[in-house]
Amino acid sequence: MKSAPFTYYDPTSVPELVDLLANAEDAKILAGGQSLMPMMNMRFLMPDDVIDINGVHELNFIERENGHLKFGAMTRQKEVLGSNTVANAAPIFGEALRYVGHIQTRTRGTIGGSLCHLDPSAELPAIASLYGAEMKIANADGERTVSMDDWALAYMTPNISPEDVLVDITFPLWGQNHGYAFEEFARRHGDFAITAVGTLLELDQNQIITKVAIVVAGADVTPTRLYDVEKDLIGQIANEGTFADAANHASEIEAMTDAYVTATYRQRLAKTLTNRALISATERAKEKQND
Amino acid sequence: MTDKRDIQFTLNGKHYAEAVETRFSLADMLREQLDMTGTHLGCEHGVCGACTVLCDGEPVRACLMLGVQANGKEIITIEGLADGDELSPIQAAFRKHHGLQCGYCTPGFLTTLTAFLRDHPDPTEREIREAISGNICRCTGYQNIVAAALDAAEAMRAA
Ligand SMILES: Cc1cc2nc3c(=O)[nH]c(=O)nc-3n(C[C@@H](O)[C@H](O)[C@H](O)COP(=O)(O)OP(=O)(O)OC[C@H]3O[C@@H](n4cnc5c(N)ncnc54)[C@H](O)[C@@H]3O)c2cc1C
Ligand code: FES
Ligand code: FES
Repeated sequence: MKSAPFTYYDPTSVPELVDLLANAEDAKILAGGQSLMPMMNMRFLMPDDVIDINGVHELNFIERENGHLKFGAMTRQKEVLGSNTVANAAPIFGEALRYVGHIQTRTRGTIGGSLCHLDPSAELPAIASLYGAEMKIANADGERTVSMDDWALAYMTPNISPEDVLVDITFPLWGQNHGYAFEEFARRHGDFAITAVGTLLELDQNQIITKVAIVVAGADVTPTRLYDVEKDLIGQIANEGTFADAANHASEIEAMTDAYVTATYRQRLAKTLTNRALISATERAKEKQND
Repeated sequence: MTDKRDIQFTLNGKHYAEAVETRFSLADMLREQLDMTGTHLGCEHGVCGACTVLCDGEPVRACLMLGVQANGKEIITIEGLADGDELSPIQAAFRKHHGLQCGYCTPGFLTTLTAFLRDHPDPTEREIREAISGNICRCTGYQNIVAAALDAAEAMRAA
């Protein structure tokens, strides 16, 4: 179980990096290595060139400005989890990141790596979908922006080419009083989720839902926003009956069957977890109102 | 043709300058090139935690880092935890509580818990279980490992 030989590059700036990418035949970007290195050790991947971006320090930052939270692609999962800026602006990151691997993988694993790897069960792409995040991509010809709805093309296939690098990810923030919840079911702590549900929600003074987003990860091949369920919830009173209907609706999601888990089981999880997430997000929104 | 790099780093307090094959994992470099075989390899794809070492104080999987990525870093392995013949508090607690049987997983548990107890001096049992969720032990059933971690935390608070 050793990686096949490759040529190693360690650029220190984005211009140097995109130049290397433009001239490489068969290169892989190495970020945290927590998904790429296993695949190279097992020789599922044998790139000619490995371009290590750990030394491109301009890709490592967390910024909050004008109602947005922006992360450099190389920001480590541990840094996101430990950031007070993130905890204040978007506390759902803290709740979801505890499920991402283990302490030894979060010290290396990055937010950009998770979005590019795009495992169907991964928590960070689910949060990106929940917020409608925007990905900034660079290559030798310039930059472009891709929204999360156009990012996940298919099973583990992000909308990015071999000569591109994901530079940063921007999350439009919700109101200070929003409620949030991330509910996940896995066989063991730190395993990839069988299914997970994330929710953001805002209420008015009469407990009427004014804004809501729901995402299901792990059920289908890419994270799925429940836009129809969200639309039905707007204008409704946030109570158990409303949420039971929404959860039933959530169970109609497209789901995959694999060697371990059937589609029906994933749909039932989507239902249960949607219900729990909506209840918990509502409780948190009410607490904020009462603060 | 093998791609090699000259790198410099500190390992258990000692300075090293090495030419390393770029495809070597950090674990391979430690074991094959430096004969530091205390770092164990169980799975080589990030799942078992046996290879955990500290890189600039943070626990990392040495099978998922390249050796060349140690350039400029401070690495601590199981060989660097004791002070001469004196076991570190977590090592002493593992001995007292029989936190190991075959010992294969032990270097990874000890490095992980060294960093965790430094950052969380007063952990609950649940927090300890979460902290070691990325380390697999096939012998002990974890009970004695958790007991050792709780005891070490107490000993370190008293010291
Ligand atoms: C034991 C274990 C458990 C795990 N459990 C979970 C889990 O529960 N949930 C979860 O979400 N993840 C989990 N992971 C994976 C997670 O830890 C990885 O961090 C993540 O999938 C990839 O991030 P990375 O920074 O390590 O990227 P890498 O492994 O370095 O790269 C992954 C892929 O993305 C590409 N890439 C990386 N960065 C960029 C960029 N900026 N631009 C373009 N391409 C890029 C690489 O070329 C590669 O193809 C687990 C990993 C392990 C080892
Ligand atoms: S050998 Fe590195 S995690 Fe198993
Ligand atoms: S003591 Fe044998 S695997 Fe843990």
